Order: sequence, then C-alpha cells, then structure tokens
Amino acid sequence: MVQCLSHPTPALGAAPRSAWRHFEHRADIGVEGAGASLAEAFEQAATALTAIVADPASVRAERRYMVTCDEPDPELLFVDWLNALIYRMATERMLFSRFAVRISGARLRAEIWGETVDPARHHPAVEIKGATYTALSVSRRSDGSWCARCVVDV
Amino acid sequence: MKGLVRHGDTEWRIEPTGAMRVPVVIFASEALIRDMDDKVVEQAVNVAGLPGIVGGSYAMPDAHWGYGFPIGGVAAFDADQGGVVSGGGVGFDIACGVRTLHTGLDREAISAVRDELAEALYSTVPVGVGSTGSIMIDHRRMDAMLAGGAAWAVGEGYGRPEDLSRIEEHGRMAGADAKRVSDFAKKRQRGEMGTLGSGNHYLEVQAVTDAYDADAAAALGIAIGDAMVSIHCGSRGLGHQIGTEYLKQMAVAAPGFGIRLPERELACAPLQSDLGQAYLGAMRAAINCALANRQIITHLTRRVFEDFFGADLALLYDVSHNTCKLEEHVVDGEKRRLYVHRKGATRAFGPGHPDLPEDLRAVGQPVLIGGTMGTASYILVGTEQSMGLAFGSACHGAGRAMSRHAATKRWHGRAVQNELAARGIAVRSPSARGLAEEAPGAYKDVSEVVLAAEHAGLARRVARLEPLVCIKG
Repeated sequence: MVQCLSHPTPALGAAPRSAWRHFEHRADIGVEGAGASLAEAFEQAATALTAIVADPASVRAERRYMVTCDEPDPELLFVDWLNALIYRMATERMLFSRFAVRISGARLRAEIWGETVDPARHHPAVEIKGATYTALSVSRRSDGSWCARCVVDV
Repeated sequence: MKGLVRHGDTEWRIEPTGAMRVPVVIFASEALIRDMDDKVVEQAVNVAGLPGIVGGSYAMPDAHWGYGFPIGGVAAFDADQGGVVSGGGVGFDIACGVRTLHTGLDREAISAVRDELAEALYSTVPVGVGSTGSIMIDHRRMDAMLAGGAAWAVGEGYGRPEDLSRIEEHGRMAGADAKRVSDFAKKRQRGEMGTLGSGNHYLEVQAVTDAYDADAAAALGIAIGDAMVSIHCGSRGLGHQIGTEYLKQMAVAAPGFGIRLPERELACAPLQSDLGQAYLGAMRAAINCALANRQIITHLTRRVFEDFFGADLALLYDVSHNTCKLEEHVVDGEKRRLYVHRKGATRAFGPGHPDLPEDLRAVGQPVLIGGTMGTASYILVGTEQSMGLAFGSACHGAGRAMSRHAATKRWHGRAVQNELAARGIAVRSPSARGLAEEAPGAYKDVSEVVLAAEHAGLARRVARLEPLVCIKG
C-alpha cells in the first residue's frame, strides 16, 4: 500500500497538519489531503483536485452548492466525494475553492463554493475524467491526523 | 523485468502460476521493456487471473500503468465459461479514438496559410476545459444519438453516408441501451457534443513524410507530401460518468459473484449477469457517443477546409481505443465468439476480414497511431498474423514516459509552443500548463513503439505523418 507522507507539503497557508499535495502517476495525477479530522482531509484533497485544473487561489468563492454522499466504506466514500465534485465541475462548468465537509457515519454532507470557469483568468490546464481506486487509501496516522488519497484520471 | 521470459525479438512471456489462468504476453522491443513500468506486468498478471479469460493476457508495445488493466492491455473472455466484462478493462474514456481524413491538399498548400488555418480551426472546434459545443441535445435526441452513433450524426446533417463505411461498426455500435445510461451521464454530455476535450486529445493537420509500403499506401490513397487531418477524442463526459458509475457497482458486486479482485480497479461482472449486460448496453451507448462526437468535429473541420480551400475531406478511417466488443476469433483451430477488451489498444483486423469496408478488405484495417504534437503519427494496417497474436490488436500511441507534474517542472508551455512554431508546427491551446504537460519529450518514442508492433507482427507500417497544425485542449 502507498503510504501518505507524514509531513505533506503545506500549501495555500494551510495549518501544518492540514495540507494537500499531488503525487506522481505516469499517465495521470494523484491527489492527497491531510487534516486533523477525516472531513478536513477530504476538504484538503478537494483543493488538490481543483489544483489539477487551475490555481485554487485564483478561484473566487462566489456560488455555493450542497453535496451529499452516502457510502459506509470510507475509501469508497472518498472517491464518491471527489466524483461528486468532478460531476459539478463538468455539468456546471465550475471550479471550487472552498469546502466545508461534515461526515457522520456513512453520510457526507458538504457545502462547496466556487465560480464558473473563466479560461482567460484560470488558464485551466486539463479536464478531469474521474477519481479512481488506484493508490486509494484513507488512513489515520500515528499523530492522530487523517490522510486521504487516490489517483485521478485526466 | 520480473518473471518475463524472452521469446524472440519482441515477445516476452510469463507462463501461468498461482491464480493465473493464461500466460501474460507482452509485445515490445528490449528498449521498451527496459523502460516499461513494473506495474504493467503486475496488472497483466492480475488480468490473467480473471474468470473466463481465453488465450492470454496481452500488452502492446506502448503499455503503461493503467486502472486494473494496463493501458495497452488486451484480453478476451468467453461468456459461456464464466467470462467477465470489466469497467477497468475499458476505462473512463470509453471509445476514445482517432480518425484520419484526406484533405486532397499537399503540405505546401497548408504551410502557405498555416497560422490562419490554425486560428480558424481553434475558433471553430470547441476545445479545453469549460468549452461547450454549439449543439445542445435534449433527452429524446440524446437517446437517439446513443443508439445511432455516427449514423445519427450523419442523419442530423453532420457528414455524409459514405463516411459510415470507414468507421468501425459502420458508425453505429449495435446493442447500445440508452436506458442503462444514467440521467447523470446524459446531463454531463448535454453541452459536450462536438467538443474535443483536453489532455492528450487533439486535432492535427499533418503531412505524410514517409511511405513504407507503396501498395498499401496506394490502397489507402496516401502519398508522400499529402496533407491529412487527424482527430483524437472520445465519449466526453458521458463516457467518463458511465465509467465512474459502473466501476463502483462492479467493485461492490464482485464478492457476490465470487470474484476476488486483486485491486478494486479491476472491477468486473460476469457477462451473463444483469450487471454485466447493463454495463455492455451503457458502454455501447458511450461508443456511439464517441463516434457521433468525432463525426460532428469532422463536420466542423470540413467547414473550415471548405472556406479556406474549397476542399472536400474524405474519411480514411476511424478507430476506437477503449472498448469491449463481441468478435469471432479462431482459438486452437476452433471458431469462438469472445468479448475482446482493448484498453488503450487498437483493433487491427487483417486482410480479408468481413468487418472491413469492401474497398479496404484486401489491404487490412487501417491502424491509426497518434504521436505527440512535436513528433509523428503513423498509419499501419492489420496483418493476418495479428489475428493469431492478440485477437487482431495493436498499439494505440506513444504512451507517457513522464508524469504531468514532472513535465511541468521541465518545460514551460509557451516555450514549447514557440519552439514548435520555429519548427513549422502551429500549436493553439487555451492552456500553457496543458501544453507543458503534453510536451513531446514527456512521451515515449512513438517510432520505437510502431517498429516494435511491426516486428511483432501486430500491424505493418504504411506511412509516417508529422504535424503542421495542432489544436490542443
């Protein structure tokens, strides 16, 4: 199993234990989020997802959407969460930059904020096809924090 | 590479052990094997253990780490022997493929208006993240498109009937079932008809630089100096959503079918199960979506060429890379109907195959291999030998040699664009980072890949093409 880094590269002013990063995959890109809670790790991974397409700092939190996922397996829940975001990005032509996730048992409820893709300002690099089960893991680290990761097909 | 035993110049095998039901067979040169990701072997071994697999678990010369199946993986399954259909074995971009068109022009005619032509194509064919097509289709037309494929598009005025004979399945995949496609998938496709997408998808104007087989080139109507157009894209959001939804259903259902998955991405279902049949119906609908999409982009491209040159573009051929198709093959002297998965692999039927258009039947199926925006593409044809090697299959492209992240560290997009412009290649893209990620140096040597395919007998080289104009997402 691929392990999360114990100290992911902090980004965008994130707190030391909450961070996101991309990891290497020959054809595609891996996303990884870490945080004090499972929900925070999922939020960070969502930022990593946006960063595949554009700089998250360039995305204004103008419009809000609600996302709900139901899945008892935390790893499958993580992929469902990313795929729910990918679906919104594709159908609404949106990019998202702010995420507030709550997880209770098998249920994830989230508020997400973002704006319509503006090619001139966001310079979007690539479209995301789907989150995959490759290098998928949701794990608790020795310091009690959470880490969630998988490869995303682009 | 671990466990591989060399058989001749371009064949490497692992005989069955443990859970493997068939051998792994990789077709590649020594140089390609040396650079091949170890994950290719691991994934090909996993595929070799799936129920009902027939013959072998094959990998093409451009194989690399995929999702469950290696990209470049080929495997056939017998429904009557518990065989499966795998969502991972088809992939997310169902029926992603390439079509190539004759322009009736030579490279000088293109070079004379290269930049203007690039601008016109770039502004006519929707490309990149967030782009939408000019064709919005409602629910009723969506279902008709999913049933009719390129034939539907021609009926709507995007192209002409003679195009259809030059498309696999004559432009319409039979057995598509729009009812097995979720409303989510249909909604995701609503604004994406006639869009190119992003990543490694492209539209190129190319020049033929070499002809390796004069008779085959003549049969395909290709000569050195000819200008051609190639379009690489797939089933867009609809295919991605079908892949996403069925992959999960198959992964969750697998234990109930008694299938042990070495990795979740190998998710599959018995062909003779409701889920297997539902996936086949949806996947075939996505194949039709890809065929319709490439047909609409062809129509848009034809408009530009008509405006510029009064030229009329004739379709050479259209191939799909990510599919599972029911085909008849001879195995150990016996004719069998098998479900052949090609994940990042091209169908390459040999001469005389009844599924080929009559006027190409003597030469074999055109196999269209996409390169990068700075190197070359190739046209090959299927061989008689290829039918017996890997169910009539060949490679599909160069395959990445480097991750996207590593590519952006090494190259800057606009510098790549300027360098290619200095070499006579006009590149247009909305994304500088996208260009860096797709830099020619991030890919394997496509020439080495097609040479290995030819040496292995999978397909025979007919012509080499190099880009003059490239529209990239």
